[in-house]
Amino acid sequence: MRRQFDSPIVILGSRLLSPYIMVFGWYVIFHGHYSPGGGFQGGALLAASILLIRVAGGRRISRLQIQEFATTPLAVIGVVIYFATGLVSMAMGGYFLDYEMLPIPGLDPAWLRYYGILIIEIGIGLAVMAILIMIYDNMVRGEDYA
Amino acid sequence: MIWELELVIYIFLLISAIVALEVKDLLVAVVMMTVFSFLMALLFVAMGAIDVGFTEAVIGAGVTGILFVVVVFQTSRKSND
Amino acid sequence: MILFAGVLIYAANDLPYRGDPDNLMHVEKSVTNTQVKGNYFVQNAYRDARTPNMVTVVLGDYRSIDTFGEQVVIYTAGLITLLVLRRTRKIRRALK
Repeated sequence: MRRQFDSPIVILGSRLLSPYIMVFGWYVIFHGHYSPGGGFQGGALLAASILLIRVAGGRRISRLQIQEFATTPLAVIGVVIYFATGLVSMAMGGYFLDYEMLPIPGLDPAWLRYYGILIIEIGIGLAVMAILIMIYDNMVRGEDYA
Repeated sequence: MIWELELVIYIFLLISAIVALEVKDLLVAVVMMTVFSFLMALLFVAMGAIDVGFTEAVIGAGVTGILFVVVVFQTSRKSND
Repeated sequence: MILFAGVLIYAANDLPYRGDPDNLMHVEKSVTNTQVKGNYFVQNAYRDARTPNMVTVVLGDYRSIDTFGEQVVIYTAGLITLLVLRRTRKIRRALK
């Protein structure tokens, strides 16, 4: 549909920029307790760093990163992490998503809540990242925009 | 809290919204939508809602820009109205 | 449209000033003398979860089922694009 051209400047610039966006995304997820951010924003940043390579490099290069069939299991894993956290705490005798009852020994209830929030943030980040990449992959339908 | 800064942001917000509505080339409209959401994020941060501003900057200026560009390349580039 | 904008600007004159600690949503008891819920979150977020960012505590702990619903909504959106927009090899052969 569109004329295909390989510009080395675009690929080099996106390759230079993409790892820093990815590191910043992980930082936003894991430092969300102390600074603004959280699972949703961090997952969107991770998805942006991968979509940058996909837009700039086309299908042949993006196949080296996360492949197209791997996004749906990642989304399922993200949702299941969140749901299993709530289900484990319900199985240990609390309410649904009541982090005081998580089976991690030797911690106060307040610190258990801290780590419970961290676990579900990782689940949200994985799910959001995988779903945004999945939407992009289904929209381009296997055509190249390099 | 600095009302001069917010006035400038409001004026640019109006300009980018009107340009995004009236322009014929849809790629320019997508870029203007991105500018609009980034200015919106600046307004949120100036109002003190840092998390909302961060979400708006990431989602509105990052991901939906890419998705809109994909949609423009799949369909026609000129608007018909 | 200009009339509507005028009505909105006239109504915005009566809004309380932003960040004023005497606003109705920041007091401890509401008008009907019940507890304001946000005040509890602001006061007890650090004691409950040892997290300085209270937005994270409200999203992840106090209102976590709401966040779970949001994640299910995003997951459903992804699955719908998978069902509607994906063109597999079998469908492409059927279209030819």
